[in-house]
Formats: sequence, C-alpha cells, structure tokens
Amino acid sequence: MSVPMVLPFKLVMLDTDFLLYALFAVLIVLITRVRRNASLRQTWRRVFERPGAMAAVVILAVYAAIALLDSVHFRTALYAPDGAVTGYSPQILSVLDILCAPLRLHTEHTYSAPFAEHALVRETVMRPGGRVQRIFPRLIWGGRGLAGPFARTRDILQRSGRGLVEALLVWLMLLCGVWLVREGGRDPRLAWRRLWRGDSKLPWRTFWLTTGLVLLIGTVVANLAVEYHVLGTDQVGIDVLYKSLKSIRTGVVIGTVATLVALPFAIVLGIAAGYFGGFVDDAIQYLYTTLSSIPGVLLIAAAVLSLDLYLGQHAREFQSVLERADLRLLFLCLILGITSWTTLCRLLRGETLKLREAEFVQAAVALGESRARILRRHILPNVMHIVLITLVLDFSGLVLSEAVLTYVGVGVDPSTYSWGNMINGARLELAREPVVWWNLGAAFIFMFMLVLAANLFADAVRDAFDPRFHRSS
Amino acid sequence: MIRYIIRRALYAIPILFGVNLLTFVLFFVVNSPNDMARFHLGFKRVTPQAIVQWKHDHGYDKPMLFNDRAKGVQKITQTVFFQRSMKLFVFDFGRSDEGRDIGYDIRQRMWPSLAIALPTFVIGILVNITTALFLVFFRSTYLDWLGRLALVAMMSVSSLFYIIGGQYLFGKTLRLVPISGYAPGLHAFKFVVLPVVIGVISGIGASGRLYRAFFLEEIEKDYVRTARAKGLSEMSVLFRHVLKNAMIPILTSVVVVVPSLFLGSLIMESFFGIPGLGAYTLDAINAQDFATVRAMVFLGSLFYIVGLALTDITYMLVDPRIRLK
Repeated sequence: MSVPMVLPFKLVMLDTDFLLYALFAVLIVLITRVRRNASLRQTWRRVFERPGAMAAVVILAVYAAIALLDSVHFRTALYAPDGAVTGYSPQILSVLDILCAPLRLHTEHTYSAPFAEHALVRETVMRPGGRVQRIFPRLIWGGRGLAGPFARTRDILQRSGRGLVEALLVWLMLLCGVWLVREGGRDPRLAWRRLWRGDSKLPWRTFWLTTGLVLLIGTVVANLAVEYHVLGTDQVGIDVLYKSLKSIRTGVVIGTVATLVALPFAIVLGIAAGYFGGFVDDAIQYLYTTLSSIPGVLLIAAAVLSLDLYLGQHAREFQSVLERADLRLLFLCLILGITSWTTLCRLLRGETLKLREAEFVQAAVALGESRARILRRHILPNVMHIVLITLVLDFSGLVLSEAVLTYVGVGVDPSTYSWGNMINGARLELAREPVVWWNLGAAFIFMFMLVLAANLFADAVRDAFDPRFHRSS
Repeated sequence: MIRYIIRRALYAIPILFGVNLLTFVLFFVVNSPNDMARFHLGFKRVTPQAIVQWKHDHGYDKPMLFNDRAKGVQKITQTVFFQRSMKLFVFDFGRSDEGRDIGYDIRQRMWPSLAIALPTFVIGILVNITTALFLVFFRSTYLDWLGRLALVAMMSVSSLFYIIGGQYLFGKTLRLVPISGYAPGLHAFKFVVLPVVIGVISGIGASGRLYRAFFLEEIEKDYVRTARAKGLSEMSVLFRHVLKNAMIPILTSVVVVVPSLFLGSLIMESFFGIPGLGAYTLDAINAQDFATVRAMVFLGSLFYIVGLALTDITYMLVDPRIRLK
C-alpha cells in the first residue's frame, strides 16, 4: 500500500501576490537587459554614482525583500493522530509569519510600553484570602526570562552586544567574500584603503556602511525581540513591531501595483493619441481630461464605497477574511492607478507628438516600415524614460496616500495590517494618560524610511534620465 | 481674450457632462435605488410601500438614463440622471438624501473652509519662496546641502503626522490653542492658527524644492550673468532679476488651485473640527449621501477646469511672449 506524498503545506496565491511576483520577474528581466545595453548601463551608473541613491537602494531592497517574503502564502497541514494529513488549516500564513513566529505568537492582553515587563494599565486581581488589589500585571511574554527586578538593563545590553557581534561577523564575511571575488589578485591593503577613503567610481563605501547599519539594526532587534516587545504592544496586545513589518507589504503593493496596473492603459492610449492624432487624439484627450478633473479623493471614495456595497452583498463568496481584504487592496490599487494614470498619459502624448516628427521616425516611415514596427521599435523605447521616471516618482506619493485614504475611511480593509490603520488607531492613543506613543512612532519610522529612500532614489533616477532636469535640482 | 474665455467655457461643458455621467454610473452600478432606500430607512422591517414612497420623494422612481414610456424629449428628461445630475449645470443642487438643501449648506460652509484654505495658501507661497531663495543664495555650500536634505525629509513625512504631532504639541502639551473646533467671526482666529501653521509646514518640503529648481533654472541664464557683470550685488541680482522671472513658473503652478480653495481640505477640516466643505464632503461619503457627494464632485471638477483656464490666462498676462489662440 503506497501512501501518497503529501506536502506539509498548501500554497495559496492571492491576487496581489501574483502581481508582486510579476513585478519582480519584470524587474529581473529589465536588469539583465540593462546590463547588456551599453548606453542604458551608462545612465544607470549615473544614478548609482550618488551616495544618497546608493544608500536608498539598499533600504529599498530590504523593504522589497520583506514584502516578497510576506507574499508567499500557504496553509499548514492538519494532522490526524496517526500522522496522516486530514486537511489544511483555515489560517493563511506567509513566510514572514514563520520567520517572525515569536513576534506573531507573543501576544499580551493589552497595551504595554516598549521593553516593558509590566502592562501599562492597572488590573484588578483577587489575592488569596479575598483581598482585592489593583496592580500592573506582569506581561505574559515581555521580559519573561528575566531573573529578578533589576536584571533588565543588563539583559538588554547583553542581547544588544550579541547582536552587534553577529552583525559584525556577517558584515565582515560579506565584505571579504565580495572582495575575494572582485579584486582577488590585487593588493589587499590598497583595496582596503581605497574603500576606506571612498576612492571608487561608485560609492561603495556608502553601500557597505548602509548594509552594515541595516545588518546591525536587524540582528540587535532580532536578539531583543525574542524576549521583549521592542516597540511595545497595541490595544489588543499584538506586538507593534510585527504589525509594522506586516504593513511593509501593504505599502509596497500600493506603491508599485497601482502604477503597474495603470501602465498599459497610459502607454497604449498616450502613444496612440500622440501618434495617430485626429479623432483618436480628441477622444483620448477627452477621456483623460474628464478623469483628471474629478478630485482624486472623491473619485476614490465613490469607487471604494461602491466596492464596499458589492462586498457586503457577496460576502459569502470569499473563503477567508484575508482573501476579501486582498481583493479590496487590489481594487484600491486599481482605482489609485486610474486616478494617477492621466498624468503619465498626457506626458506620453506630448513626447510622442515630438517623436513623430523626429528624423529617425520619418526615415523609418520613408523606408516603408509597418506602423506597428515603428511604434514598437522607434517610439516605445524612446518614451520609456518618462515611464520609468513617473513610476519611481509616484511610488512615495502612493505610499503616503494610503494613510490618508485609510483615515478618510476609503483605504485598505480594517483587518489589513497597514501604516494607515496604525495611524488611524493611534490618534486617540495620544490623548490617553500615560500617552501611548509607540504605535504612531513605529508607523512613522517605518513609513518615513521607505518614503525617504524612495524620494532619494527617484531624484537620482530623474536627474539621470531626464535631459531637461540635468544637474539643475 | 473674451473669445478665448468663451471657447474654454464651451469646452468645459462636455467634460462636466462626462464627470456627471461617470459619478452617476459609479454609484448606481452596485447601489440601486432600492438599496439606497433600504439604507436610508434603516435595514430592519422596511415595507415595500415605504421603499416606493422614499424613491418617489427623492426622485429615484424614474428610469436611470433612458425613459421608454415617455414621448419625444421627455425620453431623456424624465430620468433620474437628467433630473438629478443635469440640474447641477444651473447650480440647482436640490436636496440631499437626508432632505437638507445642499445649495444652502454649501453657501454656509464655504466660509470656514476659506478661512483655513486662503491663509494657508498665501502664507504658504511666501514661506516657500523665502525658503527657496534662502537655499539658492547659499547654493553649493553645506547650508544648501543640509537644507535640501531637510526638505526631502519633510516631504517624506505623511501629512497625518504633521497634524497629529501639531495637535499634540501645541494643543495638548503647550496648550497654546484649542485642539479643534470653530467659532464664527473674529473668534475664529484661535481655531484657525494651528491648521494654517500645520498646512504651511507640511507644504514646505515639496514646494520649496520645486521653487528652488525654478530659481536655479533662471540663475544660469545670460541676463543674470550680465547683471552680475555690471556689478550688482548677489542680493539685488536675486531679488530684482531672478525672483521676478522665476515668478512666472511659480504663479502658473499655483493658480490652478485658487478656485478649489473654497472646497477646503478633507483631512484638515475633519481633524480640526472645522465645519467647512471638506468635512461636509467627508460626512457625506461616510453617510453614503449620493446627492451631496455628486454636488461636491461637480463643484470640484468645475473649479479645477476654471483653475486650468486661469492658469493659461495668467501665463499670458505675466509673459507677453505667449499668445492664446
């Protein structure tokens, strides 16, 4: 009798997961193409020559990695007593959930401050003998392994020290590994000195400093998070660090997928309007003028309200809360894409108008090339820099708008982890006594780092790719 | 000039028609008048008669876009779309789904909105120009570098943090101003100060950087070199020549929002409890009051189109080289 091979998990692919994978695949294809093309490589070099952009790319890569880890979803198997798989858990988890298992599982009853051992609010407890006392109860998980009341500072220092050593080890190993591969035959002391002085075409010193810093924060926090709630807990006792990490995926999805879904429309319609002119141009211009004259928030609000009604009427068609929330996230991306689509379309139309009269396009027409080939080979590659600039410039704005829309009540689902939801919940917490600041603070730091990195990167990309803005800003 | 304005006005009509049609379709695709009636009457124990009555009272008992049973022009006019949406063109906003007169509400509520939006706009422009000029004066020094970094950082902070942080610092900790609320007349001042200050600060990052780029573009031009060559000091070069010429892109980039100032800001007004049009819109969104949302969408689009036309006219006024066709 053969037992069928059963995996201990079952993969679940959400719609936004699929789009994120697609985006990642496109990114890899683009990178390989850029590496083969000499002039593109030169332009990208100009982007990376800026230390700010180099540091930003490292930060963005960390965020992207976390978002990808959080996009591999699955259900774990449920076992019968004899070891056979009977079914799959209704709970959908991601790889990030597994990696952050202590954070996810260490939930308290309610608020606790960062690194606290005791809850923030008093609770009434019954002492043996019927005595009633109001005390700050001990947390279930925070500082659980501590020996005595004064052991905390020492323990924190010890764990931080361990994190520091680990970060240093990994960092040095990486550094030596890369150095061996890249400059194997050369004088090691010279190479080291050049790196130290920042004496290289690309700012490698900045790269290694940023990587080191990220590693350091990562290892120290990882060491501390096993024992403490590094950023405290929220009203229902969920670790705020876990919430912040889970919010990264929402932010990244909104920042990228929104532009991505709108991209095909903007490219096709923009180029068509510019190239064909006449009636096509009039119709497309009418379309985007109408769309862009509606105030963005109101259009989004109207669309999301309609979706809410639809979801309310079809609630039974969704297997889990996560899938429903994901549909809402996807829809939000779609509608955000529709509102941001018009700017890109207008820019592309203008550029195509100019290109249509350019000599190389006229030459292609004279040589009898087909229209489709002209559009694909001559027009499209020459407007791609505008697409790229818009894509990176829009990213930070979209991440920021998520918070505002969620506050207005037309953002992501309340059950989705997002910085907007964290801020929304934290508004009243500042009025509490003692003040609960860590929810807001955590959302602020995580959002700020992502948006700042995106802005720095976008600046560098724009300056490198847009001839008009050359060296001016 | 007059002919140009008339042409722009005529051009706006099909766009506003499109806006109306789009908002109409968007709301009614999933939200049928029956659902609306049930929502407004409360979900429990609604008799079919009550629904019919509600639809009749609010004018939702006609066909949506096309009336088969009517004759001639009435095929178009005897519809929900024509009755409710097309009247907006003559500023007849009708009654909200709650039964209030929308036109009256708008006239009442636009003043608090303006009391916040106008000072924010004017002071914001002054502060942004000052910031940009300051950075340009110290260009390619460490001060410029630091200032640019500060602007990027300020740009990367969500406006919600400015509002929450400002309320906490000035309202709760320092107790300088009330956290939220509004009073008519001169008493409004103490309620208006904080939203205006926060509005200005949250705008410095993006606009300061933009204006700095405008100034730098001017500063590389030949006339600036000539001005320096004839011995003008850097100060007078900046103020007498560069500032004047950079005002063209600055003016044309801000004029577009001037008409929309009436509508206020959704976020600001709801955080500070200002009874303006922004908060009005937000309440309507949350109450699913379609009539009000539709009126506000119409006004928003109208003001945006007027703003675009104003931009072109300002262009012509400040730059004699540009002729409007």
